[in-house]
Amino acid sequence: MQEEKKVIVPGPAGYNPKPAAFLGVDLPPPGRALLYGEEVDEEKAMREAAKAMLTRGNPTIFPGPLVLWGWNAAAMEKAKAVLELAQEIPNCRIIPMPDYRPKYPKIDPEAEINPNHPNLTILHNKIEACIFVGVHCHYANLSLRMIRAGTNCFTIALCAEMGHEDAMVSLRDQHAEEIRRFKDVLVQVRNEMGIEWEPKLPPENPSLPKEDWTKITPFDFGEYAALLMPRRGEVVEESE
Amino acid sequence: MPEQKVVEAEHLLLEAPRERKFITGSQAFAEAVKRANVDIAIAYPITPQSETMHLVGDLYAQGYLKDYYRAEEEYGAMSAIAGAVRGGARAFTATSGPGLLRGLEAIVSWPGHRIPAVLGVMTRVVNAPLSIQPDNVELAYLLHSGLVVLHAENQQDVFDFTLAGFPISEKVDVYLPVVVATEGFFVTHAKGYVDLPPEDMKLPPRDPYKAPVPPTDCEIPPARIQRDAPVQKSNFMSYLIHAVWQQEIWSANERARKWIKHYIGGLIEVVNPDAEVFIVASGCAAAQGREAQRYSELEGLNVGLVKVKSLRPFPVQELRDTLKNAKAVIVPEHNIVGWLAKEVKAAIPNSGIVVDGPKVYGGMTLPVELIMEEVYKAFGIKKEKKTLV
Repeated sequence: MQEEKKVIVPGPAGYNPKPAAFLGVDLPPPGRALLYGEEVDEEKAMREAAKAMLTRGNPTIFPGPLVLWGWNAAAMEKAKAVLELAQEIPNCRIIPMPDYRPKYPKIDPEAEINPNHPNLTILHNKIEACIFVGVHCHYANLSLRMIRAGTNCFTIALCAEMGHEDAMVSLRDQHAEEIRRFKDVLVQVRNEMGIEWEPKLPPENPSLPKEDWTKITPFDFGEYAALLMPRRGEVVEESE
Repeated sequence: MPEQKVVEAEHLLLEAPRERKFITGSQAFAEAVKRANVDIAIAYPITPQSETMHLVGDLYAQGYLKDYYRAEEEYGAMSAIAGAVRGGARAFTATSGPGLLRGLEAIVSWPGHRIPAVLGVMTRVVNAPLSIQPDNVELAYLLHSGLVVLHAENQQDVFDFTLAGFPISEKVDVYLPVVVATEGFFVTHAKGYVDLPPEDMKLPPRDPYKAPVPPTDCEIPPARIQRDAPVQKSNFMSYLIHAVWQQEIWSANERARKWIKHYIGGLIEVVNPDAEVFIVASGCAAAQGREAQRYSELEGLNVGLVKVKSLRPFPVQELRDTLKNAKAVIVPEHNIVGWLAKEVKAAIPNSGIVVDGPKVYGGMTLPVELIMEEVYKAFGIKKEKKTLV
């Protein structure tokens, strides 16, 4: 790809850069992808995304609520696919975006990422390549813009809907099957680059306390205790 | 009510057979709502909107809508629309002039809340002095709010834009309210021919899970923002989140372009694209502009018409392309501030060719002769003024 064709590249892009949609970047039709703001074949975009995750520092996956919480069977399957992908990326970390509430007075940047100040997590962990998956489009767009403005991180969006103009690589209609296809492309690129890696799960999130679900009580939910809770052992297969 | 079968928006809007009816603009709004699988309508009456919402109330009585009520006033109506939509419902409301301005704080928060709803605006003079007559100065207030704003020329546009407004507003990459504006009385209370698809068809129901934000959850922004205002804290991060949030609203507005093209055939309509002089107009003024273009053609003058269907997103590139060889651009309007002329001037590189008018306001009609005077001036034709009395 010609250098001058690259509209959306890793930052820092500046104090308050224009969003990609203002720069004429359009979301691609089904079956196509965005690479640096240009519409390209999905395969080409996947290969470039794979290279970034394999070669840049501290590659990290940011799963959002749509894969973190077991809303339905499809979400659970998608979460499995994300874990399979993470296993194939050398030294990959997973830092969740469990919700979208601003974290005051201070976020724990090793424990989570937040759309109101995602750059703090990126900068603290020196993340140079990342994947957004399962984040609602509005919040993904806020995050991608702030990351491009203030960090040098290469952003990849695996979007279940139409994609994201402000990511360096945007793949649309990404569900479990498509994420597994991306994983296969990544393994292929990894092999071509001669990078040796035995699949293994990312390390446990260091900041999260060890969860002991056998001792949980309604009081652990604090002010949310009155909200609907699944019974212990209950698995919600499908929501309405 | 007839049994309605669900069909895709593409079929209902673009493919289904149509039957011609002679109806008012208010009826055209109601006919669109009838086929839009609307869950709830909430409004507060104000002339000239009242008739539309009465007709929508009739639709509720017939079983087309699940709920319908008169709110306490416009602020309450527009806030309730936000709540209903965030709760997963498809909603329609409408207002006019002073009612629009009373509801404005709630309305302009819809884009930030990502509220996909359709708002009918039947334009009316903004007080004072009190008047109920058509004047579209109120649209100037909506142009900088992030909403998608469509401006209907006639009853047919009212129907098509309103029905298309729902799928456009609910696209995941848009997810903004869509305003369908038209001139009060001139369109709402006058009859015109409208080609309608069968009334036993309706849009698919809204899927609130196909959205760029989660459905109702008061613990996430923007709901929580209203409750404990965390992004209002004075630090750089709070400024930054608000900045990119605004960018997202206007990016979404940009993304509406392709859906407007898809469902209503483009942001503008051009008559005689090779003209020397263009009339650029929106809404009812476009109907008068259309007549002026026809008169000009009869007189052998090379005049074109650009009807602006979408005020937001604004058709900047389309206007640049269409007007690149124009030697004059006449912008007739139904308001004193000339908001469309300002928009056109800002869109094209040679803004000096734009004639800011003719403008009428306060409920005055816009005679074609007034536009023709500017056409003659543009061609350097001197006409004798006729004394009427």
